[in-house]
Amino acid sequence: MSADVFWAIFNLDNLTVIFVCTLYGTFVGAIPGLTATMAVALLVPFTFYMDPIPAISAIVATTTTAIFAGDISGTLLRIPGTPASAAYVDDAYSLSKRGQAKTSLFVSLTTASIGGVVGVAILMLMAPQLARVAISFSSYESFWLASLGLTCAVLTGQGTVPKSFASLFIGLAIASVGIDIAVGYPRFTYGVPDLLGGISFIPAMIGIFAFSEVLRTVQSNLDSSTASDLIKEKVSDASSRMIKALSRYRRTIARSSVLGTLIGALPGAGADIAAWIAYAVARRFSKEPDQFGKGNLEGVAAGGAANNAAIAGAWTPALVFGIPGDSVTAIAIGVLLLKGLTPGPRIFIDQPELINTLFGSFFLANIIMLPMGFLAITLSTYILRIPRTIMAPIILLFSLVGAYAISSSVVAIWIVLALGIVGYLMEQNEIPLAPAILGIVLGRIIEDNFMVSMIKAQGNLLMFFERQYSLVLGVITLLLWCFLLTRMVVEISSGRRQKKK
Amino acid sequence: MKSKILLSLTAVFAATLFLTQAYAADCNWKPTRAVTYVVPWGAGGGTDANSRMLSSLLSKKFGVPFNVVNKTGGNGVTGHSALAKAKPDGYTIGSATVEIATMHWVGLTDLSYKNITPIALVDIVPAGVTVKKGSQFKSLGELLAYAKANPGKLTGSGTSQGGIWHLALAGMLQSEGMPADAIRWIPSKGAGPAMKEIMAGGVDVVTVALSEAKSLIEQGELTGLAYMNPKRMSALPDVPTTVEELANDWTLAAYITVSGPEGLPENIACSYDAAAKEAFATKEWADFKASRGSDVVYMGSKELTEMIAKSDVDLGETIKGIGLAK
Repeated sequence: MSADVFWAIFNLDNLTVIFVCTLYGTFVGAIPGLTATMAVALLVPFTFYMDPIPAISAIVATTTTAIFAGDISGTLLRIPGTPASAAYVDDAYSLSKRGQAKTSLFVSLTTASIGGVVGVAILMLMAPQLARVAISFSSYESFWLASLGLTCAVLTGQGTVPKSFASLFIGLAIASVGIDIAVGYPRFTYGVPDLLGGISFIPAMIGIFAFSEVLRTVQSNLDSSTASDLIKEKVSDASSRMIKALSRYRRTIARSSVLGTLIGALPGAGADIAAWIAYAVARRFSKEPDQFGKGNLEGVAAGGAANNAAIAGAWTPALVFGIPGDSVTAIAIGVLLLKGLTPGPRIFIDQPELINTLFGSFFLANIIMLPMGFLAITLSTYILRIPRTIMAPIILLFSLVGAYAISSSVVAIWIVLALGIVGYLMEQNEIPLAPAILGIVLGRIIEDNFMVSMIKAQGNLLMFFERQYSLVLGVITLLLWCFLLTRMVVEISSGRRQKKK
Repeated sequence: MKSKILLSLTAVFAATLFLTQAYAADCNWKPTRAVTYVVPWGAGGGTDANSRMLSSLLSKKFGVPFNVVNKTGGNGVTGHSALAKAKPDGYTIGSATVEIATMHWVGLTDLSYKNITPIALVDIVPAGVTVKKGSQFKSLGELLAYAKANPGKLTGSGTSQGGIWHLALAGMLQSEGMPADAIRWIPSKGAGPAMKEIMAGGVDVVTVALSEAKSLIEQGELTGLAYMNPKRMSALPDVPTTVEELANDWTLAAYITVSGPEGLPENIACSYDAAAKEAFATKEWADFKASRGSDVVYMGSKELTEMIAKSDVDLGETIKGIGLAK
């Protein structure tokens, strides 16, 4: 890196922008219902008055911290800030209930930072090559990738396999509401125009996680003494536990970071699928797979590293081909165009300083995130001091306002209430919630790619295995399905036997 | 033009007579909070890019955020309905595209241009015929000859079933005396996803706007075979036009408008019209247009409404011709 690039990154303007944006990202990300995409969209008007470099730094810093900060509300209130946090929200929340909220959040924070740094390092070294692979993903590969994501949800669901499947299918059923992509026929909309576009995942997520938790709180008689125990965790204890976890799970963290970057680079995949797959892989290789979903730091570390690594990965197709990987990079491309810069292979040759500064800002944002995050965690854990009886109605209020704000439609409020009751009933019957969320997020993607592929193949299912990558992904997915189905049969039959006894 | 001169003369007169308020009150509506900008197509396509650019400039002008919301799905119905049925208070505007004049013909919806308030024309985008680099087809003639000999073997993509780029392909095939499905149509959520598909080798040809494919053609990833326009694109002078390549003079262009919901009050519509006109005159807009290889266009609310009405009739003919009408 030349001196010019160094000064471009470390000049006062750029540093100030990164600093302010990490604050902003933490704030927005921690508020349930506000997403990283929304944070970046709100930032766009400010980028008019910035040079290209600080403008890009601002977007990068905001997304990085917002994705991490989604873990704060997930850990403390069980409202994952983004679907990417949903993979390990049960682990994080269990830890928090056990009085280790700070430990869990410190691990989230440090692994997020590590994941982010690894992601940029990979991006720097091999963005063009990575983009080449990413761009060769057609509808067949996208279908398998999304299927793999769903499979991972069942694989990691902490319930039995049949119950995880049940949860997943509830999610997929919810995802089938709205206009069908291939033939344009409205399904399950009952003439409500707001349902034409489907049920968006934010109200769904708020309902299933947050509102159902409120319902449970109302039922259980929490005495306030246990509540105050929860926050007595000392920062020093939490830090030493975090360091222990980092060294113990270093392989998981490294693996998840690399995996997250690669998955994030694939168009249409992004941080959500990355977190789930990394979580599932971590559980597979873990020495204590039974603890996953019940408050395992390894799961938090795996998911936390993967989703932040994916943020960096998502820039690959955007920078190399000008094809956005997700909505954040779509906005970023818009900002670049506004500054007269056209992303594409030529930007690497024509404006290497811009690209290098982008990478540098990524690094910096991930590092500045650490002190900011520590501060945010220390302050936000005071929420736990508030007795649950007072907290519950506040969460309810936030949930409803948040859901309304995101879509400015009253239908969103009904979705929160209805799915909250669904979530509550699912929990009562020991059906895990997380697979349902992934079903809602990925259902449309899967259906879309399946229908497009079927039209292309004229109904020939073998076409799903014709292409190189689709063959590999397809075979892996099918093997996992066979494994899951056998496990399901075993679980059902052993369950029957137990009942007979 | 005459009426415009007259109008500005009146304005000058009014100003001198201290009657500015009476005139300005008509077109000086301003949003005081965030505005939602509905885009019926996916991120990464031409509508999205134009809308994001325009909303950035509008946001700069009005000092409030213009949030671009990609309401995709339903082959454009979802986004157009969301736009048409929004509260006409000026806080929801969006991009109505040429599909507003085609969707009702193919029986997707009852929605037509009568259900929106056209504000200004943003872009006119002629279709192109684009293949992947290294494709066996070096010219439009070769492609069409192959499709004629092997009907149904090739696949094309670019937008939804019955969407504008589908009409571009099917209409062109038909004008050449072939069945409209000699190249099978693979629906996609918009030009962006279709570009991903052709890059991945999932389809053989895309008929998205040449401006949408321009950047990848320049990078050498894709090859432009034809431009469905009477004139070549100045940014891509090597791509021949369909008029040069084909015996008949088949051309087709889509358009993007900025529009409001049905019944948008006149003063709000003309304020946005003026703001858009101002945005189109900026250097940023000119640079953006140049980078996409298209020209800066402008058409006010009234002219635009007439243009859409005409295209509604014309495209209806094409749709009936290829047997997609319901």
